[in-house]
Amino acid sequence: MTKILSAPLAREEIEALQTGDEVLVQGTVYAARDAAHQKMTQALANGQGLPVDLQGQIIYYVGPCPAPEGRVIGSAGPTTSGRMDVYTPLLLEQGLKAMIGKGPRNEEVIAAMQAQGAVYLAAVGGAGAYLAQRIIAAQVVAYPELGPEALLKLEFKDFPCIVAIDCRGNNIYAGNREEGASV
Amino acid sequence: MRQINVDTIRQAVKEMVMEANTRLPGDLQAALVSAKEKESSSRGRQILEICLENAALAASEGMALCQDTGLVVIDLEIGQALQLLGGDLEKAVNQGVREGYLAGSLRKSMVSDPLHRVNTGDNTPAVIHIHIVPGENLKITVLPKGAGSENMGQMAMLKPAQGVEGVKEFVFRVVREAGGNPCPPIIVGVGIGGNMEKVALLAKQALMREIGQVHPDARLADLEAELLTAINQMNIGPQGLGGDTTALAVHIETYPTHIACLPVAVCIGCHSTRRLSRIL
Repeated sequence: MTKILSAPLAREEIEALQTGDEVLVQGTVYAARDAAHQKMTQALANGQGLPVDLQGQIIYYVGPCPAPEGRVIGSAGPTTSGRMDVYTPLLLEQGLKAMIGKGPRNEEVIAAMQAQGAVYLAAVGGAGAYLAQRIIAAQVVAYPELGPEALLKLEFKDFPCIVAIDCRGNNIYAGNREEGASV
Repeated sequence: MRQINVDTIRQAVKEMVMEANTRLPGDLQAALVSAKEKESSSRGRQILEICLENAALAASEGMALCQDTGLVVIDLEIGQALQLLGGDLEKAVNQGVREGYLAGSLRKSMVSDPLHRVNTGDNTPAVIHIHIVPGENLKITVLPKGAGSENMGQMAMLKPAQGVEGVKEFVFRVVREAGGNPCPPIIVGVGIGGNMEKVALLAKQALMREIGQVHPDARLADLEAELLTAINQMNIGPQGLGGDTTALAVHIETYPTHIACLPVAVCIGCHSTRRLSRIL
């Protein structure tokens, strides 16, 4: 059965999710990728606050295409999450509860997710046109100078994801086999 | 002597980057359809179906297939009996990229300096490769290459004693390390031979070959088939979430090399490896 998720996420909602579950994300999601993560990390290091309150929130790793005329956003699929690994434990400490991206995460991130009770969702990479149909509003909230890497506030409607790593550390990517291993 | 104004090239590049980013090549489309029929994982089939739906939507809506509209690689085969008029060729090519990315609502992903990282705002410059060939035609190939797959490429200078087994091990290692990152199902471009820069170019050129075109050298065709079978047993699967479809094709390109060398490079293309050629 498909579960519905929307921020702010409560602890029980996160705990009810299991690796492999299909979910539809609704409502507010923040878009941030490499450069916005670096800026947020720097802000915290300088003792400044974050431009948005991440308590219970969801971050989508995306740098969308510009919106064509008559649309709210251009193509908007997930980027490779692993590049955000270095910044993620710090944002989890700030209350971030879910991340949407593609591809595996490292052990530090998985441990921090377990400690903070957070979940990692995979969306279909390369399906940018398809996923853009599920985003109904987009607005720059910080770092406009970063262009496609600005921090955005998005509004999702039925955005499909799979739970790739749950808050107990069960990892969907752990099942890949060595070549030649018996099937 | 045949003459072409570089402004014609600018216009062609503009149109080509827009088309390449919104239209999935026919061979990839066909490969995804046939992979979906054979895939045993239901989640894998579901993801392949979304990839196909995405391609149909991108074409009908004129939207980019993927938000990562890439660093543009442009390959120019220029006939030696052709004269180019009207100004600087590379400037004209970059102007075409600039205009196409602005007009096509395509993402601008280039930073002017790899360490200081300020976005150039127009997706230029392209990486341009120029070859002078016999004849009087000009063949333009564009490959807008996304970073998710490009970042997974690797090269190695093997010892000749490592031979074909060393090459296989290297290819498997690169694909395994890439896992779900490069948006599988992937195309695996393998370069073998030449020297350090040549082998990287061979690996990228290998992505340009149409899926289903068999390598003319039977030994390499066999090696491609063997590598593809083994890669598809790794259970990486569509998006790295498990399944039989990790790669749609393995393409190998080779070049003579030095008695002391066995260079090998792997360049990975995603399920929407965008490429388009046009002859002027």
